[in-house]
Amino acid sequence: MYWEPEYETMGKDEREQLQLERLQSTLRRVYLNVPFYRKKFDEVGIDPDDFTSLSDLRKLPFTTKNDLRDNYPYGLFAVPLREVVRIHASSGTTGMSTVVGYTRNDIKTWSNLVARILTAGGITKDDVVQIAFGYGLFTGGHGLHYGAERIGASVIPISSGNTRRQVKIMQDFKTTALICTPSYALLIADTIQELGININSLSLKYGLFGAEPWSEGMRQEIQERLKIMATDNYGLSEVMGPGVAGECLERNGLHISEDHFIVEVVDPNTLEAVAPGGVGELVITTLTKEAFPVIRFRTRDLTRLMQEPCPCGRTLMRMSRVMGRTDDMLIIRGVNVFPSQIEAILCDIEGTEPHYQIVVERKGALDAATVLVEVSEAIFFDEMKKQNELIDLIRKRLAAELGISVDVKLVEKKTLERFEGKARRVIDNRML
Amino acid sequence: MLRIKNLQAGYGRLTVLRKVTMHISFGEIVSIIGANGAGKTTLLKAICGLVRTRDGEILFDRRDIRALSTESIVKLGCSLVPEGRQVFAPMTVRENLVLGWYVQYRGRHGDEVKRELDRMFELFPRLKERQKQLAGTLSGGEQQMLAIARALMSKPKLIMMDEPSMGLAPLVVKDIFAIIVRLRDEGNTVLLIEQNAKAALSVADRGYVLETGRIILEGRAEDLLANRDVQRAYLGRDLDAEVKI
Repeated sequence: MYWEPEYETMGKDEREQLQLERLQSTLRRVYLNVPFYRKKFDEVGIDPDDFTSLSDLRKLPFTTKNDLRDNYPYGLFAVPLREVVRIHASSGTTGMSTVVGYTRNDIKTWSNLVARILTAGGITKDDVVQIAFGYGLFTGGHGLHYGAERIGASVIPISSGNTRRQVKIMQDFKTTALICTPSYALLIADTIQELGININSLSLKYGLFGAEPWSEGMRQEIQERLKIMATDNYGLSEVMGPGVAGECLERNGLHISEDHFIVEVVDPNTLEAVAPGGVGELVITTLTKEAFPVIRFRTRDLTRLMQEPCPCGRTLMRMSRVMGRTDDMLIIRGVNVFPSQIEAILCDIEGTEPHYQIVVERKGALDAATVLVEVSEAIFFDEMKKQNELIDLIRKRLAAELGISVDVKLVEKKTLERFEGKARRVIDNRML
Repeated sequence: MLRIKNLQAGYGRLTVLRKVTMHISFGEIVSIIGANGAGKTTLLKAICGLVRTRDGEILFDRRDIRALSTESIVKLGCSLVPEGRQVFAPMTVRENLVLGWYVQYRGRHGDEVKRELDRMFELFPRLKERQKQLAGTLSGGEQQMLAIARALMSKPKLIMMDEPSMGLAPLVVKDIFAIIVRLRDEGNTVLLIEQNAKAALSVADRGYVLETGRIILEGRAEDLLANRDVQRAYLGRDLDAEVKI
């Protein structure tokens, strides 16, 4: 099932033509309307009229989150405010918030692109969709809401929080599709279990999860515990919000809407393109945004691109699930460590729960990392010997994967903090 | 069907088109809108080989037609309905149509001309009534129909129209645009150039906005109609003034 087959299954040749047309006109518009980009292009001596091929994109400077902050709130808008019909902002948990705007056409395009990923994830107009993303300045709630309405599904805009109520509504309203963060899906699964509800009595069939990195193991667990098909989707407010990319039911990589976004993957240190298929930072250029176009925006998300054709028939290139953020990347004793690597290992080991926390401290001159892992009651109350065996196993697997040794502590189920939005997995006490 | 990349063209030392990139797919109506002097007509003339291009590529059915003569381009299936109709006034309607058939004429049987003429008369009953009349005595709307029919006589794959609504009464414009939609529905591909942006976008599938020789916007026709820049610049709506009232 496709939402816009003419674009989702377009030939490479045709798509590149469309991309070039849209890139050229986008560059001309930002040069004309956004002083920030004009200055930046002039500094490196680039005239948008000189653009003749997609590979010319590499000559352009990057745009970073800091550029967005420096131009807070409206400095990067490419249209006057009276043409903007919606304003969203990032949460600002990592500093000053960034503001993005949408024209009427932008909202329409956004709804369509979200409709694409919902359709790819199995949703049709017959579904009852419970959207447990926050509604508000965060793009998650409204973005998915408009897309689900565009398809014609019955949308429950419940927003996040009040998990027991989520479960009650899920039961009473016969929700068939759940949309939230993967960690919240697990919290909902926990609550369903606590309330003693038989999962088979619910109508759930599909789940679309995003807004934070998660692992294949976590997908398996969500699928088994909620009895659904779980797909991953990707987006960020600076670029548009959800709907930039999403998985089809093959569940092997997220199809990028390449007719609206040009993506590159670069090494976060050298900023050079990585070898085809290599892991690096995702960089996005928008092709159709009117109010808030971005040119070569550094997402700080780590992924790799998959050019191979997908059995679903979409010709849109895929990206792997986000493996972490360049700024989540921990440097422990000089080694790059991503929380997602640790998560993948924990999900693989029997007896552990996918709830964990990484605490990094400095002892003397050395970094010391401790991984706190929740374990099932059976193991926690079991004899010391078994606990020690498990600790040993986890420690060995982590050392083999990460290349450094870390401490492991087992904690009782539900002692680690639960998150309704994005999970916070790392506590860095090093005061670097 | 038609794919243009980084096309540059102009007259003498004057550059009119600056790296124009656009395409038309089979069965679409694509509108190019833009103010006077934006380069719309030059673009059409460049496609037809009437204006020499400086750089870039024009692929028609994957074949580069930049170096071809106008006759061979028409023969490949790319016809132009020129600005201001340009019918042959001292000739009859029927003769005008037969001239349109000219590129297909060589080595073929006259019966085919007859079949094509019948097809045109079916599409434009008014022309059938007036087939013996001199083209110069037709009304503006009828002349426009004749110009379109004449272009269709060569059985083009792509029909390009330059300002078909120019100088026509609003009711007649409506008829002409209805014909364009009908042509598309029958499987033709149309490139439409218009100053009457609203009418052009309301029948088109997609559109491009051309400004001082550059394409500054591409999109579905309905999205372009909703774009406020387009509304202000090409649809003659002054939104700020409207707000004040």
